[in-house]
Amino acid sequence: MEGFPILTTMLLVPLIAAIACFFVNAQTARLLALGATLIDLALGIALWLAYDIGGAQWQFTEVADVFAGFEYRLGIDGIALMLIMLSVFLMPICILASWDAISKRVGEYMAAFLIMETLMIGVFAAQDLFLFYIFFEAGLIPMYLIIGIWGGADRIYASFKFFLYTLIGSVLMLVAMLWMVNVAGTSYIPTLMQYDFAPEAQTWLWLAFFASFAVKVPMWPVHTWLPAAHVQAPTAGSVILAGVLLKLGGYGFIRFSLPMFPEASAQFVPLIFVLSVIAVIYTSLVALVQEDMKKLIAYSSVAHMAIVTAALFAFNVQGLEGAMVMMLSHGLVSGALFLCVGVIYDRLHTREISRYGGLAINMPRYALFFLLFTMASIGLPGTSGFIAEFLSLTGTYQVSSTVTLFLTTGIILGAGYMLYLYRRVVFGVQVHEDAAAMTDLNAREWAILAPIAAAVLWMGVYPESFLAPMRADIAALEARLARAAPAGDAHLNAGEPRAEAANALAGEHEGEGEH
Amino acid sequence: MHPILIIVFAPLLAAIVAGLTNKSAPSVFAKGITTGALFLSAALSWPIFLGFLSGSQEATVVPVLQWVQSGTMDFDWALRVDALTAVMLVVINTVSALVHLYSWGYMEEDPDQPRFFAYLSLFTFAMLMLVTADNLVQMFFGWEGVGLASYLLIGFWFKKPSANAAAIKAFVVNRVGDLGFMLGIFGTFLVFGTVSIPEILGAAPAMSGSTIGAFGYRFYTMDILCILLFIGAMGKSAQLGLHTWLPDAMEGPTPVSALIHAATMVTAGVFMVCRLSPMFETAPTALAIVTFIGAATCLFAATVGTTQWDIKRVIAYSTCSQLGYMFFAAGVGAYGVAMFHLFTHAFFKALLFLGAGSVIHAMHHEQDMRYYGGLRKKIPITFWAMLAGTLAITGVGVLGFFGFAGFYSKDAILEAAFARGTEVSNFAFWAGAFAALLTSFYSWRLMFLTFWGKPRWAESEHIQHAVHHGHDDSEHGNPPVQEDAGDDVAHHVPSPDHADGTAGYHPHESPWSMLVPLIVLTVGAIFAGYVFKYPFIDGSTEGVDPNGFWGNSIYFNEGLIHALHDVPLWVKLTATVVMLLGFAIAWMAYIRDTSIPAKAAKQLGPVYDFLFNKWYFDELYNTIFVKPAFWIGRKFWKIIDIGVIDRFGPDGAAWVVMQGSGAAKRFQSGYLYSYALVMLLGIVAAITWVLL
Repeated sequence: MEGFPILTTMLLVPLIAAIACFFVNAQTARLLALGATLIDLALGIALWLAYDIGGAQWQFTEVADVFAGFEYRLGIDGIALMLIMLSVFLMPICILASWDAISKRVGEYMAAFLIMETLMIGVFAAQDLFLFYIFFEAGLIPMYLIIGIWGGADRIYASFKFFLYTLIGSVLMLVAMLWMVNVAGTSYIPTLMQYDFAPEAQTWLWLAFFASFAVKVPMWPVHTWLPAAHVQAPTAGSVILAGVLLKLGGYGFIRFSLPMFPEASAQFVPLIFVLSVIAVIYTSLVALVQEDMKKLIAYSSVAHMAIVTAALFAFNVQGLEGAMVMMLSHGLVSGALFLCVGVIYDRLHTREISRYGGLAINMPRYALFFLLFTMASIGLPGTSGFIAEFLSLTGTYQVSSTVTLFLTTGIILGAGYMLYLYRRVVFGVQVHEDAAAMTDLNAREWAILAPIAAAVLWMGVYPESFLAPMRADIAALEARLARAAPAGDAHLNAGEPRAEAANALAGEHEGEGEH
Repeated sequence: MHPILIIVFAPLLAAIVAGLTNKSAPSVFAKGITTGALFLSAALSWPIFLGFLSGSQEATVVPVLQWVQSGTMDFDWALRVDALTAVMLVVINTVSALVHLYSWGYMEEDPDQPRFFAYLSLFTFAMLMLVTADNLVQMFFGWEGVGLASYLLIGFWFKKPSANAAAIKAFVVNRVGDLGFMLGIFGTFLVFGTVSIPEILGAAPAMSGSTIGAFGYRFYTMDILCILLFIGAMGKSAQLGLHTWLPDAMEGPTPVSALIHAATMVTAGVFMVCRLSPMFETAPTALAIVTFIGAATCLFAATVGTTQWDIKRVIAYSTCSQLGYMFFAAGVGAYGVAMFHLFTHAFFKALLFLGAGSVIHAMHHEQDMRYYGGLRKKIPITFWAMLAGTLAITGVGVLGFFGFAGFYSKDAILEAAFARGTEVSNFAFWAGAFAALLTSFYSWRLMFLTFWGKPRWAESEHIQHAVHHGHDDSEHGNPPVQEDAGDDVAHHVPSPDHADGTAGYHPHESPWSMLVPLIVLTVGAIFAGYVFKYPFIDGSTEGVDPNGFWGNSIYFNEGLIHALHDVPLWVKLTATVVMLLGFAIAWMAYIRDTSIPAKAAKQLGPVYDFLFNKWYFDELYNTIFVKPAFWIGRKFWKIIDIGVIDRFGPDGAAWVVMQGSGAAKRFQSGYLYSYALVMLLGIVAAITWVLL
């Protein structure tokens, strides 16, 4: 592996395949896309295996001078590694999920996905601020196209909403980046992560970055683009949107806002907490009343990502690791839930919950997978969702028990809307003949759901595989944040043991009172 | 390899194999492999329990796999085996094995048997993980695992809307408790820096007297932690306030009610308090709350139990009430006594449920006791088994001679509450004594309505269906209506040909697969109290011994146990007196003059309605939680998301742009290019900036 530019290779493979896709017929484009994404998955696995846990913070670094001050610099730490793994894992699944569902302009569609893969990997691997910016912003263009061309009836409005929110955020972020590079004299991200900006400047920089990341996450109240985009996007588009694109916001916070502006981050903890609490309760209640499956899952995504933002700003190891696991877990689980919707959408062409019912009878295997992902979504121990929720909330509790109380109500509301969804789709009697006639999972659908199910259980039972690569990076981040970390609300005071110790009998001190 | 590994993982493997093969193999495969695994686990559990009784077994922890390490938080998968675990092992595995066997007969005509047996074994695995947990998080894993199995089994007949509603209710109400449990774990980690149970219990006494801020108030540290954890216990063990799911859970098949909603899962809360007893002992306020909630539940559920018509619901409220006894026993510090009642209750309550199942089986799915009567001679083995269960639950026995299981455990609870001598424990004593009267009344009411009197079968819709369509016209296999509550049965058509009230129906005794478990449990209901009273209550057979049977597995209050034995004679006789009183009232009302109940109900009017409608808890919760949640959700969505955020956000921006350009079309198709343009300009600006 020594010296082999594996990251660049991972960027180039899908890019070359994407170009080729424009010139071949539909079936060849599908096979080409699948092949390219599988090669990237294999490279990703090699990357993970070769990653030296406990070694250098930045590994697989590549440098090439482009021109004055502008450098092509790649390199990953454990956090980036895990998010790259998530991306390369979901991509072949997305290609397979689109196999039959997409029939028009297949070459262009596959090319859009492949280009997006290149850009997603680029975002997580970029070590130069401007390189990051290019990948970060350009990554959204294929997504607009996927929604706008292959989306549902209302796709223009949805992609417009998506565009509008994102645009405002990115302009502000760009201005902040220019200022930072000017002051710090470098665009090298690892150096910037150690650079101490003046606290007053941090506030403005933090807000500028926040404008961009909050939209991506998305945080309340800039979340309304997400349900619209999900509903209109094709299944695979939703998977990537929920699985990877939403993680860009969380990644932004953990890579930029927290290490580069610790003081400002601490200053804005109340803002983040309040918005997160509102998001959890508000969107969970909204999810409860949705009639459209995709909208319901989209709103649940907002609630889950709110746990991520709150946990990140807990400034401690459990919170940071919990937020990371939540991003990975949510990427898998909500992706899988959208795939589950896609499976029945492909058969009946409606997302309306009431058009289904009683699927446990004619689709028992589907019901089993859907159950597993529903349980993972509501954080059942043994699935990835629990580790995510548990670590995140352990982290926030150390800062604020009150905030954690509100965030934890999400486990009640989450159970409510997910089980209510599951009941209406899978349980009950078969009301509609066409829904009752649907066939169970075919081999292709097995192949896309089973790997995610395995990953969800793996992360739930033995999360060490995922925590270990990130451990040193999280510890370093926590050390950097320590100086600004907010005090908790516990204020534990030692005291004398209490006089009315519970184990003493009431009558004991006065002698045998009863006789 | 330690046998505990087989005990715990055999049911899991069986569940996976049975669940994945499902219908691709004959159902006898799934039934055989799960039942076999459970009998194996049960057979391996008893030697461990007997080993602790004889003192030859040492407490041990068997590591399995690393689980989570995050900063200073560190916990693994591991199986803890001590005396407390051993008690639970025999209870869980014995009842589960018998329920598996019983289900061969009870579920025989159901087409989904592999799924049913897989769920049962999965449940057992989760329950075993709960009781062998060495840290709070693994306990929570088991806690949620049994919750999942309970959800799946309550909703097993998933075509029934009522079963689906009950399943969701059970899960969501339990989640309210879990909220407390989770916050309790977070708080415990914050205070002690660990989630390992032995380490927490070791460090707890030093924290007594310390105070902590939480949720904007200041509390005694140990009080708030224990209260939060107890909220979790309240959910799982259906204590007052979070009890509403348990009666509805009777929608599940009856073997499920016996295993999960009587003998094992619902006792998890009691187990948790006992497991953490050294911690609760440092939290006097929390213990007072445990005592109060337990006593209040015990009384509340017993009052409701006296008015219900559905045989399973009577037993469900009875379970709720008995769990209240266990909690206030723990609350007053008599953890061994609480576990003793848990142990005996598992046998006699599983027996009563399985007996009820046998009655329901014989009566063609009729569950309404108004349509029973005179079954004593028709199903004699079931009758004798249920009689033993009734004698056990009502606590029949003669002081110093012999008593049925409940005689020893329930009396010890009342004595402990009396001996404790605090205000709240006195309340518990009187509440418990009155509840014992009601227990005796509703238990005998159930027996008299079911087995004595003349048959009243003719008016039952189920029986009419059986008579008219032939007995073999099975309703099994997910029919739209099955085991329904019977309250809404409106067909009161007395059959003219059969004036004896039987409508020509002939109830049959259940098959042997169902009767064998009944007989085994009958033995337990008769002897479990007499045989095990010394080790459970006193710690040993040679007098009160804090280092005896329990070892370090629970907090053993030696002084309280001495005091318990020294209570005045009238206290010791109270339980027996109220038991006889309850029997006498039931006999008067349901044997001697059967017009009394209707007259009493009429006379009591509102009080009767209040009890019959379960104190209107469901109506209250619907009004203040469920409906508002949907209403608010709809308002948030329509008014805030669409009406405010979108209107003034993207839609407003679009409007402004359109006003400005007047060319909506061009704008809409051009947005992508403008975005790319902005981005490009940004890059150019960046390069320029850097170059300058």
